Amino acid sequence: MSEEGSIITLRDVYKSFGALHVLRGISMEVRRGETLVIIGQSGTGKSVTLRLMIGLLIADSGQSLFEGRDIAKMKNVELADMRRHFAMLFQGGALFDSMTVGENVAFGLRAQGERDEKKIEATVTEKLRQVGLSGTAEKMPSELSGGMKKRAALARAIAENPDIILYDEPTTGLDPIMSDAIADLIIETREALRERNITSIVVTHDMHVALKTADRIIMLHAGNIVGEGTPDYFRNIHDAASAEDMSEREIMIRQFVRGEAEGPIKAVL
Amino acid sequence: MLGTVVVSGLRGTGRVALLFVDVIRWMLHSAPDRRVLTWQLYFVGVQSLPVILTTGAFTGMVLAYNSYFEFLRLGVASWTGPLVAKALVKQLGPVLAGLMLAGRVGGAMAAELGTMNVTEQIDALKTMGTDPVKYLVVPRVIACTLMTPVLTAFAMAIGIAAGFWLTIHGLGAESHFIWEQTRDFMDTYDYVQGLIKSAFFGCSIALICCYKGLGTRGGAEGVGKATTEANVASCICVLISNMFLTMITMMFE
Repeated sequence: MSEEGSIITLRDVYKSFGALHVLRGISMEVRRGETLVIIGQSGTGKSVTLRLMIGLLIADSGQSLFEGRDIAKMKNVELADMRRHFAMLFQGGALFDSMTVGENVAFGLRAQGERDEKKIEATVTEKLRQVGLSGTAEKMPSELSGGMKKRAALARAIAENPDIILYDEPTTGLDPIMSDAIADLIIETREALRERNITSIVVTHDMHVALKTADRIIMLHAGNIVGEGTPDYFRNIHDAASAEDMSEREIMIRQFVRGEAEGPIKAVL
Repeated sequence: MLGTVVVSGLRGTGRVALLFVDVIRWMLHSAPDRRVLTWQLYFVGVQSLPVILTTGAFTGMVLAYNSYFEFLRLGVASWTGPLVAKALVKQLGPVLAGLMLAGRVGGAMAAELGTMNVTEQIDALKTMGTDPVKYLVVPRVIACTLMTPVLTAFAMAIGIAAGFWLTIHGLGAESHFIWEQTRDFMDTYDYVQGLIKSAFFGCSIALICCYKGLGTRGGAEGVGKATTEANVASCICVLISNMFLTMITMMFE
């Protein structure tokens, strides 16, 4: 069974799509209440890892456990129950474009069988205020800017009172100021739900967001974990004057956190 | 080459059948989402009416026009009535309505579900504990299965009316004989047969197009591909299944 305090466990997980081997045997534990950031280049399996945790994908081999239970063995009803503990913020927001922003935020509540319209409306107003989008409930998603869409999607995600929030590339496509605002929002959301001890898992290649939000960072490369540590560990590698005395893996981490094209990780154009 | 086509056709049919089983299971498990169902009934039923009426009317008229002169030469001009009615009710009404709906409604379903898929909206549904088959496919299948026979009935009615109008008022046939001949030849079962077939067409169009939509991969190009495939597959399905359904329903005549 799972170790004390860990809510999600991946055990030696492999996942391929056709001939493309995305994950090559990764194992990790996510502890209840922590903010774990998974970093790495595009295409290294970060988003796939997130999808395995919530059962949108099933591992080819190895296990993905939620509170010690194997997701692959869950029936549809159990899977739906498990997902009630989760909320996921998708890269493009994934707002339902046939509905208003307010209806989007209310969707999860309605899906869970909430019928009290007054209560739903109050929650929608409250959650939109939390993400700084008061007064947009009647707008259609197509009327919102990229950053506003992400905030609206976050409002929808937190409306269901999740225990775990998964963020898939929350700042991709946003300007640096908006990225920082989203990072603040991730922290604020965590603090606002502090008494619920929520767990956040952030997938990103934005080092600023990673260092700012993380309790712990895991770096993936080519389907393997190459490094794990506190933000300070990554900061120290970043700031180290030279790469001498560093292990091969640390050199890879250094290249990534410093954002350099030269190094063991080859940029594929 | 032929082997690949046959195998992929059979595989697709099997998967659509599995989707149908899933749809039935959800229908027995819980009521469909009222909002989605209402919108789909409106979209499939009301909004398709102009297309269906146009199709029916002009098919009826051209059929009447052509057969009238052939029958006139044989000295049996009043046979135009039963020919137009029978052809529209048993074959042209259901098949043409089915083909038009496959284009209009089926294409829209595949494109909408396909876009939802590539923009992660389907995944978002799942993460919120909502099954996409239950929420999206079930109301569409119900709406198409219910509305296609209704629209087909409209196509039959307007086709016969327009055909008769042209024969009687345009070509000067004797209205009494036309109506009498038609009454003698037509049987209630003809209508039943046509409507049963159209319900089947509606159900298969929705299933095929939702299946294609949910299986969409890869951006705008993927959505385009899924929509085209959905259109072609549902049209082919209407045409092929029509022959077998005709044979089966005629056994009970």
